[in-house]
Order: sequence, then structure tokens, then C-alpha cells
Amino acid sequence: MTMKANLQAFRKWAVQTARLCCGVPDYDVYVKHLREHHPERSVPTYAEFFRERQIARYKGTGGRCC
Amino acid sequence: MSAIAVKPSPAGKILWAAIAIVGAWCLGVVALRRGEPINAIWLVAAAIAVFVIGYRFYGKFINDKVLCMDPTRATPAVLRNDGLDYVPTDKWVVFGHHFAAIAGAGPLVGPVLAAQMGYLPGTLWILFGVVFAGAVQDFMILGLSVRRDGRSLGNMLRDELGPVAGVVAMFGVLVLMMIVLAVLALVVVKALTHSPWGTFTVAATIPIALLMGVYLRWLRPGKILEVSIIGLVLLLASIWFGSHVAASPTWSAVFDFDAKSLAWLLIAYGFCASVLPVWLLLAPRDYLSTFLKIGTILLLALAIFLAAPTLQMPAVTKFIDGTGPVFQGNLFPFLFITIACGAVSGWHSIIASGTTPKLLASEGEARMVGYGGMLMEAFVAIMALVAAASLHPGVYFAMNSPSALIGTTAQQAATTISQWGFVVTPDELLNTAKNIGESSVLSRAGGAPTLAVGMAQLLHGIIPGEGMMAFWYHYAILFEALFILTTVDAGTRVGRFMIQEIAGLVHKPLQHTESWTGNLLATAICVGLWGYFLYQGAVDPLGGINTLWPLFGIANQMLAAVALMLATVVTVKLKRERYVLVPGIPAIWLVVCTLTAGWEKLSGPISFTAAAQKYAQAAADGKLLAPAKTVEEMQRIVTNNYVDAALTGIFMLLILTMLGFAIRSIVKAWGINHPTAHEEPYVALASVSTSH
Repeated sequence: MTMKANLQAFRKWAVQTARLCCGVPDYDVYVKHLREHHPERSVPTYAEFFRERQIARYKGTGGRCC
Repeated sequence: MSAIAVKPSPAGKILWAAIAIVGAWCLGVVALRRGEPINAIWLVAAAIAVFVIGYRFYGKFINDKVLCMDPTRATPAVLRNDGLDYVPTDKWVVFGHHFAAIAGAGPLVGPVLAAQMGYLPGTLWILFGVVFAGAVQDFMILGLSVRRDGRSLGNMLRDELGPVAGVVAMFGVLVLMMIVLAVLALVVVKALTHSPWGTFTVAATIPIALLMGVYLRWLRPGKILEVSIIGLVLLLASIWFGSHVAASPTWSAVFDFDAKSLAWLLIAYGFCASVLPVWLLLAPRDYLSTFLKIGTILLLALAIFLAAPTLQMPAVTKFIDGTGPVFQGNLFPFLFITIACGAVSGWHSIIASGTTPKLLASEGEARMVGYGGMLMEAFVAIMALVAAASLHPGVYFAMNSPSALIGTTAQQAATTISQWGFVVTPDELLNTAKNIGESSVLSRAGGAPTLAVGMAQLLHGIIPGEGMMAFWYHYAILFEALFILTTVDAGTRVGRFMIQEIAGLVHKPLQHTESWTGNLLATAICVGLWGYFLYQGAVDPLGGINTLWPLFGIANQMLAAVALMLATVVTVKLKRERYVLVPGIPAIWLVVCTLTAGWEKLSGPISFTAAAQKYAQAAADGKLLAPAKTVEEMQRIVTNNYVDAALTGIFMLLILTMLGFAIRSIVKAWGINHPTAHEEPYVALASVSTSH
């Protein structure tokens, strides 16, 4: 892998991890999943997806430690 | 079943032998060198060697033999892939997520308190506790959950130990959470008492978070990174501005609070914050605190490596005999209660059976995330210990001893602490306070301020500059306070849902989380529960942390014991009895520690009962004992201590009940000659990938 590709991979990892730490999974993965398995459903925009996830995060038993 | 064993190459063998020798050498220096201070690098190197060896050998042993993790087996993320909660995710991303979820204020507080016994006892417990207990717990619970559709700890207990055991454990989790919230909020109270600078910056996080919330909702939806950078800049600006607030007589008076007022403010904040919509306050604060936490941990690591401080605290102090001022009690069992997170933390079992098992793409990655993630947390605990032990011991004891023991002036404190054998002058204490921009450093127990001073001195050593130490100190305080307040907010919400669920059993409509009546009522109950303990801590004769931290430690280790009991039961149910000691020994160790500590807190010289009786006796004789100024306050201290004693009794009863359930299940499963655990059936990964 070239230096540039490495940096890009790192950036992708960092963004994905940072988002997941805030309870927001990868949007592209979700869209791909919807297209492949539920073509009948409408695809939410990133803003809609983000809002839904934001609320969902604090509904369960929480994901944090002391 | 297990992965095919690869024969180690000669080069590999030599490498591991070298790591073992270097690790043993460093550990020898840490453990055996007396009289002359050692450099922190020895300790850090010993820790890294122990962790690497633990991961490579013990972690792998658990992976292959005890859990029999199988990379060919489809995980819940693959089987139930919904693109949202269940998503097969890159292992490094899962690792980052898991670590961010388990790392909290806990590993930063416990080791700092435990430093009163010297750096050696805490270091040894963290190193060996994590390898043989903490990481085993996290990894095994994760492994079990992955085999059970990502089920939660409560559900797994219900399946494997019976329905009553599940209910008992969940009740324990609720009580634990109330204590966690109270103790963490108390850490903030201790850090902000009569500190206008600190109070201003922490208060400023509220409007900053609201602004971020609005920005994220309407202006630039979902742009987390962007808004976090804006938030960070505003936070740093508020730290800088805070020095001007502290310097102005009018404004510093506005932000100058005593412990009682701060406790009430936090209670009011907790109530308001947890009924507001999440996007407005909680979520933006959560983003900020998550990133700040990771950033600060990296900063601390960098500071320790660059500054390579000398450990000024002796390896072992005389306080291992139980006469220490920071917390009472002998090394056994109280060291093992005081350092919970960092060595073994029950709370992690909830996360390891929460979101993480739903993200693992392969069972082969569970060791790295579960075992490895916990080793990272232990490393954070080691760094906190280094930061505390690199402080002047006199300053350390001045900061962490209750004013009932060291008095309220630098003169009194210096005299008392010097008599303990840690020679310090009043000027040294006053100078430390002046350098960090505070009026006093005395009796600021709770870990956060000590860590902040330690960090400030380390960072100041690298980046010198006029007034920079005060900046770093308030940065460290802000980071912990921000993080803790987010936990308080989120925890109150979780507690509310739990209470609403219980209330729903009595009166159905209360269960609706959208109903405002049920919502407000449950929030009030939840805030009232932790608020009671917080306020109790604020008026406590020994400063609060001294009294409440053991209660928290007992509760957290109790949960860890329960999680390890589950792992033990399942190991037997899978007919892998020969490995029963892997989770069994740490489970027994934690049961022994929690029960002994609980017993000493129930009866004997350091018990809550003894403290209650002392105050009751004095009240009967018509005397007033500090800090009580009235008969009512005397009475309140008596009641508080009896409440704490009752709670300790409940925890002990709970652990004995769970032990009973565990033994019953083990005995039953031992007699049956086939596996009886409730695992989901095997599905080959290959078959799923092609059909999807």
C-alpha cells in the first residue's frame, strides 16, 4: 500500500470509530444494507439517519462506564 | 473447534523469552528497589511487558481452550445484520468503540486513592488483577454474549442461573448505578468546592453544549466532527476566560460555592438535563466528552513518556496497616475494593454484553476487543497511578486527606503530614495552590484534582510557560467534570427507564416512557436516590469520598463477581470443567474481598455502625462533633451511616444469594454428562456470507 492509501485507510478508520463511539454506525453500510435487502424501503438522508440513531443511543441501558 | 495451533518459530520463541526477561527485570526494579526513588518508565515498561505476555499466552489460552472461539462460526452481527445495531464491523473500529465505552473516570480515581499505600500495592493489583480477573471477565462475557445473539448480562443470568437470579442481579445493577452516580458527582463537588475558575468552566459547558445541540440539529445535521471542534475551541476559551473570572472579586464571588450548594446544583442539573430531549444537551456533551477523554488519555501517555517522572511516593507506605487518611482499612481487602476499574470492573460486563457483541464480525476478534480492551484500560489506571505517585507525597496527602485529620490551614496540614513522615512545608502547599490558580489544595479528595495537579506538573515540564500549569490543571478538571456530568445525565435516564419498568409492574401507565407524569416521577425518584448519597457525601465528617468510595468499590466488585460466576457456571455447563478455575478463582477472590470488606464496614472499628454509634453517643452526651454544628446535623450523620450500613448489608446478601444460585447450577451441571448451556446453534460463516 502506498503512503496515501494508508492515510486514507486510517482516516476512514478514525471517522468510523469516532462516529461509532457516539453511537452513530456507518451510514454507507446502512444504505448498502437497505438497497440489498430491503429495496422496498425508502433510504433516509444522512440527517434523518443521524437523528434516529441519536435518540436510539440513549434508549437502552446506556453504553458507558464509571 | 479451536483454531489450529501454529507451532511457534524459533525467532518467535526468542522474542517472547526476551520480552519475559525484560518484563521480569523491570518488575524486579519496581518491586525490590528501596530507599532510592525510581523512574516511572520502569513501571510503565513492566506494565507493557506483563500485558503483552498476558494477552499472547493467557488470553490465547482462554480463547482456544475455555471459550473455544471459532472463526468459522457466524456471529450475531453476520446472522442478524440490520445495518444499525447488528453490523459486522472492522475489528479496529470495534476495539476503539469498546475502549471508549469502558474507559471512564473510574480507572483515573481508584489508583490515585490507592497511592496512599505506596505505588507498589496498586501496581501489582492492577497488573495481575487485570490479566487474571478483569480482562478474563470482559473477554468471557463478550464471548458468551456473542454465542447468545448478543444478549445482555441480565438475560444470560436468567437463562443460565434461573429467572430469580436474573431479577436479583438487575436490582443489584440499579443500586450500583445510584452509588456510581453519587460518587462520581461527589468527585465533581470536591473538585469545584470554592474554585470559581473550575466552577465557571464547568458551568460554561452547558451553554456550549446547547449551542452544539442546536447547530447539530438544524444548521449542520450530523456533522459531529465539525461541531466537536467548535465545542473544543469554546471549551479552551472558557478555561482561559475562567482565570479572569477567578481574578475578578465580583465574578469570583458569583462562582464560589461550598460543597452543599454544589451538591444541590448538581441534583437540580441532573433532573433538568435528563428530562430535556437528548439532542439538545446530552448528545453534544457526550461527543465532546468522548473525544476529550481519548485525547486526554493520549496526552497523559505522551506526557509520561516524554517527562519520564521520578516516583516520589515510596513503594510501600506505613498506611498498608489500615491507618491511612485517604480511605480506611487494611491492604486486604480494601486495596482490591478501592481499585476497581482498571483491575477488574463489574460495569464492563454490561458493555461487553451490550453493543460490542453485536458488532464483532468474527469470533476470532473477541480476544482483541474483550481482553485487549481491558488491558488498555489497565494501562490508563497505571498512568493515573504514575501521575499521583510522581507528586510530592506531602502534596498528595494534603490533597486527599479529610480536613477532620489535617485541619483547614496550610500550616496545620503541613505539621500533621510531616508528622506522618512525609515532610512538607506550608509554603510548598501554598505554592502548589498558587501555581494551579487555586486558593487551596487541601482536602480535595476524589482523584480528579490530584490527577489534575499531577498532569499539570508533567505537562508543564514539557511545555513550560507562565500560568500554563494553572491552565493544564483546569483543563484536567474540566475533562473529568465534563465526562462525569455526561455520565450523570445518561445514567439518570437509564435509571429512570429501570424505575419506570419496575413501577409499570404496579401501575401499567407509569411504564410509558413518553408519558410526562411517569417520566417526571421516575426521574425525580432516580435523582432523589443518587442525590441522597451525594448530599450525604457533601456533609460527611470524613469528606465523603472516604465514606462512599468503599461502598462503590464493594458494589462494582460485587457485579464483577456475579459476571465471573456466570462465566464459571457456563464453563461447567459446557462440560469444560477442567478449566473451571479460570473464571472460578477470580470469582471466589472477589466474593472473598467484597464479603470481607462488607463485614468490616458493618462491624468493627472502621464500620459505618461504629461511626453512627460514635455520633449517637456524642449526641446523647450533649456534645457536638465536627463538622456537625447542630443536634439535627449530628442526627443526620447517624442516619446516613446507618443507611450506608444497611446498603452494605444488602450488597452482601445479594452476593450470597447469587453465590447460592451459581453453586446450585454448577452442582446440577456437573452431574449431567452432556452440555446444558443455552448457546445458539452453530452456523458456518461461509454458508451465511454466500447466501446474503
